[in-house]
Amino acid sequence: MSQTAWWASESLWRKSAIWVTGVSFILLIYLTFDTLPYIKAGGINVPGFSVINKRIDYQYNEVKHRYLPVIGQDEPLFGKMLTEVEAEALVSKGKLTTQAKNCMACHTLLGNGAYFAPDLTKSWIDPAWGSKETREADMVAFLMDPTDKLHNSIGRRMPNLGITLDEAKATVAFLKWMSAINTNGFPHNFKSLDQSDAPAAAAPVTAPAAAVVAPVSQ
Amino acid sequence: MTALGIFSSANLNGGQKLAMKYFAVSLALFGAQILFGLLAGLQFLMPDFLFGVVDFSVNRTLHVNALVIWLLYGFMGGVYFILEDEAKHPIVGLGLGNLIFWVLTSAVVIVILVYLLVQVGPGEMSSIWLINEGREYIEAPRWADIGITISMLVFFFNVFATFSKGRYTGIGGVLVLDLLALAGLYVFGMFYTPNISMDQFWWWWVIHLWVEATWEVLVGCIMAYMLIDTMGVRRKIVETWLYIEVALMFGSGILGLGHHYFWIGTPEYWFTIGGFFSALEPIPLVAMVVHAIFDAGVHKMKNKNHPALGWTIAQAAGNFFGAGVFGFMHTLPQINLYTHGTQWTASHGHLAFFGAYSTAVIGFFYLAAQKARGNVWMSGNLPGNGWKWKWAMALLWIGMIGMTMALLIAGYEQSQIERAIEGSTWMGYFAAQEHPWFIQAMVWRQLSGYGFLLGYILLVWDLLTIGKGETRPAQVVETGTH
Repeated sequence: MSQTAWWASESLWRKSAIWVTGVSFILLIYLTFDTLPYIKAGGINVPGFSVINKRIDYQYNEVKHRYLPVIGQDEPLFGKMLTEVEAEALVSKGKLTTQAKNCMACHTLLGNGAYFAPDLTKSWIDPAWGSKETREADMVAFLMDPTDKLHNSIGRRMPNLGITLDEAKATVAFLKWMSAINTNGFPHNFKSLDQSDAPAAAAPVTAPAAAVVAPVSQ
Repeated sequence: MTALGIFSSANLNGGQKLAMKYFAVSLALFGAQILFGLLAGLQFLMPDFLFGVVDFSVNRTLHVNALVIWLLYGFMGGVYFILEDEAKHPIVGLGLGNLIFWVLTSAVVIVILVYLLVQVGPGEMSSIWLINEGREYIEAPRWADIGITISMLVFFFNVFATFSKGRYTGIGGVLVLDLLALAGLYVFGMFYTPNISMDQFWWWWVIHLWVEATWEVLVGCIMAYMLIDTMGVRRKIVETWLYIEVALMFGSGILGLGHHYFWIGTPEYWFTIGGFFSALEPIPLVAMVVHAIFDAGVHKMKNKNHPALGWTIAQAAGNFFGAGVFGFMHTLPQINLYTHGTQWTASHGHLAFFGAYSTAVIGFFYLAAQKARGNVWMSGNLPGNGWKWKWAMALLWIGMIGMTMALLIAGYEQSQIERAIEGSTWMGYFAAQEHPWFIQAMVWRQLSGYGFLLGYILLVWDLLTIGKGETRPAQVVETGTH
């Protein structure tokens, strides 16, 4: 048998495997350190928890050619301004609730999870809530007792997960905070709830808006 | 050794006896995965089915967790199966390995019962520790995480110590380093943070660097052994290929992690890094196809275990199409903006896990069945022309391709209607879900799932009976020059 060509030699490829793996891993560690300032709370892309004191919107940005969160005027959640520490405690309770109730096994968060129920990334500003005046109360009521509320025309419903009032409020805080994360334009082409200060009657009440919160009629 | 054709643990070495236990649980959990998948699939069509009793979230959690655990058990079984033969040394700490099997299996049973019976807890840390972490794929509560980590360390010790006392082969060296990375990575999934971006960033370290890097290499190792053992491919060739695959796999897969960092709050440079490196990810999978087909051809398909060879070739092809092609189809950010979080991912996930991993583990089930019956004949001319293994394989593949294609159609439809047209609101989501195209896809997915179940039943029957009463010893494979 002829001599093995240099490019087919075992030792060359063993060394290549070690070097390629090592260099890739070092690059990953470098990039991880570079990314952390973007994703920490209060970082470049991820807001501090007290952002829940503000109005949060999601608009197309002509310069970046993508949808980006827009943080607006003061609009405290449940009418109460919170400090950063208080806000973090509330959001954390909400995040814990989403984990303990395994929301991700039906929904997606930031697009990750299961596909049985809608994405929650921008649920705070979803037009389905109808008006910003009733949104907070409707979200809390829905989370606490979703089963008998009409969801859609295909009969898919959310089960009652035993969510308490405190947990529901905290979950709303978490969802509001999540909607302020800069997700590089995901989801695209999203038309958020009208949150302008015009009278409530002017807010567009879409069909599913009524559907989400209305009791089952039959 | 007992008589040919009789199932006896006396035919197995210490590691292989332990492997049989892992394989048995693995095969049972494969069945559980199918069962809960079928229930979850049915709930897409009949939303009131088991509503409030065993909800979709419970079925889905059990479906994906059973998947992770049966594959891990299959891999661990595979490693224990080859270990003594590869290292030429009895397993060091086998007693500890056996103990850990029972500890791990008890933990798995408890976790499954808690998922089924307790399901959810209050929004407190105690739920994370005792019930459910609520993080896809690694939902297992924290106490179980710690148990899994300890078990993995014992498993690692068995492998490391056995190779160290015996001999280190190329396969052994790669395996030891890979298992160290695999066990170490799991730790990155074990913390709580209120920050979902930070949470998902590290969560992907576990999920991606397991599934698209360390698992691939682990399977590369055990399949390398498979080629040597069943076909007599020369070790030098196999190990050189293994190094090439490791270089390509880690070279593309480690930074390919970037394709999960498009939309979770991470900086935009991940578009370029994730897009570029994940575009390279299919290359090692092509290499594996070339390798497997080339070897099978050079050896004129002559090998001692036809079902295992069948599943080996299926593994190369399935890995390439499922992980490579179906992954690449939606990995570039320009496409992924519309496909992320739709049934596209489910389509890719089904074919990739089955193609890359289930096939390899099933191949090992056959290797184990052969050995347990005293290394009987399993080449051509099996009784009934081997109809059971062939039909099991055909039904599993038809079912899987049916599910994959149906989910792909559903994914396309969602990308178009929910995302591109409706703009990703909840109204858009339900507009897509109630569309006849989506519902038809879910019907076909369910029917294909039943076909897959039939394949599974036949597979179990075949594994329990193949080689029974066989009097011919296994075909002798010569170590070739290729």
